[in-house]
Amino acid sequence: MTETTETHSDPVAAAVAASIPERCPVSDVTTDYDMFDADYLRDPFTAWAEMRDRCPIAHTDRYGGSWLPTKYDDLQAMAKMVPELSSKSPIVIDLPEALVKGDSTGYNAAAPITADPPEQNWTRRALLPHFTPKGIAAETEYTKRLCHELIDGFIENGSCDAAVDYAQQIPPRVIAKKLGVDASMVDDFIEWVRGVLELGLQQPELRAKYRDIIRDFFAAEVADRRANPKDDLITALCETEHEGGFLPDEVVIGMCNLQLVAGIDTTWSSIGSALWHLASHDDDRRRLVDEPDLWNTAVEELLRFYAPVTMARNAAEDVQYGGVEFKKGDKILMNFPGANHDPDHFEDAHEVQLDRQRNRHVAFGIGIHRCAGSNLARMEMEVALKTWMERIPEFTLSDPDAVTWAGGQVRGPRILPVTFS
Amino acid sequence: MKIKVDAEKCEGHSRCYSLAPELVDVDDLGNAFELNDGEVPAGLQDKARLIVDNCPEFAITIEEG
Repeated sequence: MTETTETHSDPVAAAVAASIPERCPVSDVTTDYDMFDADYLRDPFTAWAEMRDRCPIAHTDRYGGSWLPTKYDDLQAMAKMVPELSSKSPIVIDLPEALVKGDSTGYNAAAPITADPPEQNWTRRALLPHFTPKGIAAETEYTKRLCHELIDGFIENGSCDAAVDYAQQIPPRVIAKKLGVDASMVDDFIEWVRGVLELGLQQPELRAKYRDIIRDFFAAEVADRRANPKDDLITALCETEHEGGFLPDEVVIGMCNLQLVAGIDTTWSSIGSALWHLASHDDDRRRLVDEPDLWNTAVEELLRFYAPVTMARNAAEDVQYGGVEFKKGDKILMNFPGANHDPDHFEDAHEVQLDRQRNRHVAFGIGIHRCAGSNLARMEMEVALKTWMERIPEFTLSDPDAVTWAGGQVRGPRILPVTFS
Repeated sequence: MKIKVDAEKCEGHSRCYSLAPELVDVDDLGNAFELNDGEVPAGLQDKARLIVDNCPEFAITIEEG
């Protein structure tokens, strides 16, 4: 059973967990790490520190085998190993061949995240203008209203699940608005994203099922926008020129897929982790109330410390780096969260310092695959946390043992009960 | 004091713009460029150092004048 699923209040996750066999205990984290081990999900920091000391690019045979770099300089260098390390399959566990459909430009894609140059370049250029600080300005006011409405819904109760009732509710609504999809789809989006990533990582059939559901949904949305253009992202992508025509349907569908799989549980994990931190660290919580000028550096520091996302690469050829020989096809987990805790780069890396000045964290990745939605995610996180702290400045974990963490691809709390006065 | 953004290194994180819109702006792809030919107005030197120290691509440098 995984830590993610040991809870009666999450029936879907519990059902998935029941079908996964027990795993062997970890013998040595440097040669046998387990990305779903309950201790690792709760506290990966200790394992990364041990790896950095003894074997900074660790390996495991579990889940099809993978490598895990843990040092900041290695992540910086490896992110720039293009085309030696391919991004065509960025999920941390590959689907069995029989369940894979299409190629990187077709059915199964989410370009530019699943693309290598040159396809990566033109798909990224099509997407980026919609996600600059100015490109997401319209979403900011919406997010503020949304956060207030969500808090209105539970503040009188004196308690809530800060993950389920708050963090998890924000990104799917912001993404739905940006895509121009009806807000009634939000619960489906949450289910689909968890099915394709969080719960689907260890359940290939579940992952393939939700992949197909998402694909079919957006195929219909794209057909609709071709016929009935609206003022939304799907229409804008449909109308983006490419090689004398417009972006092909399958590329636009992949980009819509990307909005779901990259823009939802990632951001809700960052918001949830930050709320977990503030609920369990009274000094930091009160400091943000007393020193509101700290918000800018505080958000970046919480992104550094609780960076949720690990993306994968596959060696496109036999290649050597850092004393390791990666064989063609080897899976490499781009451990950006681990890089953010490297004491050789960050002073007192193990401490959250809300006023940290030197902070070249890599929570959104680095190089050509830097998270295309990073400005949207940062805005959502800042608005979600500021609004929460404005309305609920004093809160605490009501049952610390009930908190569960998901991980593998995206780390963050999934059950987070808090009380407030 | 002057700042310089290396366009080859910038990957459009926009962290400099979010920290110091007085010193840099970003283009349609989110890539940063210096305002005022990179000249840092009096009183903003600390902000200039802050954006240097927060660029994950090591793309911003300071030239002390």
